[in-house]
Amino acid sequence: MAVRPASLARPVAGRPFTLQGVLEREGVFSWLMLSPGVLFLLAFIAYPFFYGIFLSLEDRRVATPGVFVGFANFQTLLGDAVFWQITRNTFVYVAATTVLKLAGGLAMALVMNQSFRGRNLARAFLLLPFIVPTALSTVAWMWILDPTFSVVNWLLVNLGVVAKGYSFLGNATLAMGSLIVVNTWRGMPFYGITLLAGLQTITPDLYEAAAIDGATTAQRFRYVTLPIIKPVLIIVTMFSVIFTFGDFQLIYALTHGGPANATHVFSTWAFDIGMSAGQLGMGAAVALAILPALAVLIVALTIYLRRG
Amino acid sequence: MIIGGRDFLGRLRRLYLPLAVFLVLMLFPFYWMLITSIKPNRELYNARIMPLIVHQPTLKHYVDLLYETNFLTWTYNTMLVAVVTTLVSVVLGTMMAYPLARLRFPGAAVVAIGVAATYLVPQPLLFIPMSDIINRLDLGNTLTAVMLTYPTLLIPFSAWLLMGYFKSVPRELEEAARIDGASRFQAMTRIVLPLCTPGLLSAGIFSFTLAQNEFLYALIFLAKSEVRTVPVGAITELIRGDVFYWGQLMAAALLGSVPVAVIYSFFVDYYVAGLTAGSVKS
Repeated sequence: MAVRPASLARPVAGRPFTLQGVLEREGVFSWLMLSPGVLFLLAFIAYPFFYGIFLSLEDRRVATPGVFVGFANFQTLLGDAVFWQITRNTFVYVAATTVLKLAGGLAMALVMNQSFRGRNLARAFLLLPFIVPTALSTVAWMWILDPTFSVVNWLLVNLGVVAKGYSFLGNATLAMGSLIVVNTWRGMPFYGITLLAGLQTITPDLYEAAAIDGATTAQRFRYVTLPIIKPVLIIVTMFSVIFTFGDFQLIYALTHGGPANATHVFSTWAFDIGMSAGQLGMGAAVALAILPALAVLIVALTIYLRRG
Repeated sequence: MIIGGRDFLGRLRRLYLPLAVFLVLMLFPFYWMLITSIKPNRELYNARIMPLIVHQPTLKHYVDLLYETNFLTWTYNTMLVAVVTTLVSVVLGTMMAYPLARLRFPGAAVVAIGVAATYLVPQPLLFIPMSDIINRLDLGNTLTAVMLTYPTLLIPFSAWLLMGYFKSVPRELEEAARIDGASRFQAMTRIVLPLCTPGLLSAGIFSFTLAQNEFLYALIFLAKSEVRTVPVGAITELIRGDVFYWGQLMAAALLGSVPVAVIYSFFVDYYVAGLTAGSVKS
């Protein structure tokens, strides 16, 4: 067995006790390397996080000192119909986009998992929606869904599907539907390309063996493909769900929560209350309201990653 | 996969058609950005003209964007912030990932969980308290504000990604260098880091892309036009009330996407490797 590096660093009898020697100790060296990053994360993530909890217990408006109010902000929220609408919006948004991205991404991965010329180029193009700044691609979608000049409406009308175009972002249901479509468009390549990487770890022998045993395409997918990519599938989905919960810019840019709160989610509503209306305490309380659901997800993901 | 190769119809059905559908769906918005940006206004705002192609292309919107708005300043700001935060994040991320991946020390488990947790804590949970902190530090409307806050998104990610790469370097290589008298720092910088160049590139490209994509902090902290980034500038200044400057907006969206797309096209393999590292290898 190899000598552990630690034994080299430990000052042995006869070796003088030097600064160099101390710095070479595993613990000292590790913490010297870690401390800038750890201090940074403590100052700009841990501190704001706890400060946010503190703010949520205050009646605090911009440029005025806060007054401690206990759980009053949360009580107000629980009695507010808009809060429950926002909760429902957030869950609808997350659930619908997750199902669509997962199904579409899996289909994309299966299509891409065949060998053909230009596959790497196709993969690079398919990932574009995921890498381009979201606010900028959402601007293109705003124009695609424009009430007067929507190209979707133009196609629908000219193909004779409908007589008059829809107001995609002006109608509550259609606006939520539009958000779901745009989020799916942006996030599906992430699923597709990661699942493709998972599929590529499967050796062709397995499929051949299954084919020799008379398995149909569907059976091969069910009994060979799915069990092997299941871990990737679960991790990708959990990551995506966590980040979709925190989605802000797509919704802010496309609908700004409208019409009439129909597409507000926690993050955009917290922004309106905390930033636009300047009620920092109430805004912090709204933001914290996603914490329980999020904490469950994060703990589940951590446990799953540790077990695997 | 096995049968498909021989008959063209089967291949058409299971490869070319679905692939074409995916490509059209994924790329259409970019096509739309491009042709909108080169259409004259009389084509843009006339519902009777067939909109799928450009009849009389013009560069007017680009000229207007460059001369009449602060687009170039926004681009400069975006690039400056992205480059600085990427460098800071990759360096600090490396410094965190190395001991976590390769050394034993008290508190390692706590730090490792802390890094994972900070990576997963979403921005909406932090932006309200953060805005108050930035105000108290008197950093509103400065690029310093975003340079300080972007790394909170990028460091945990870089550290988490790099840990996987560092773990893959065989211990023996480092031990050999240590026996030859290299210090821990030298063993890290001369042995492990060069072997992990792909990981460092992945972390760098990912951080750069995320920094270009960041919107929420920039929206809150940068309220003056001269300090804005491209996404925030485009959304807040090219949409004024209910008046949209669609040609300019699309030109801005396209030009704003170019830096990311160029970097991405050069390093697409590293980007994909970074994307899949966490989910496939763990």
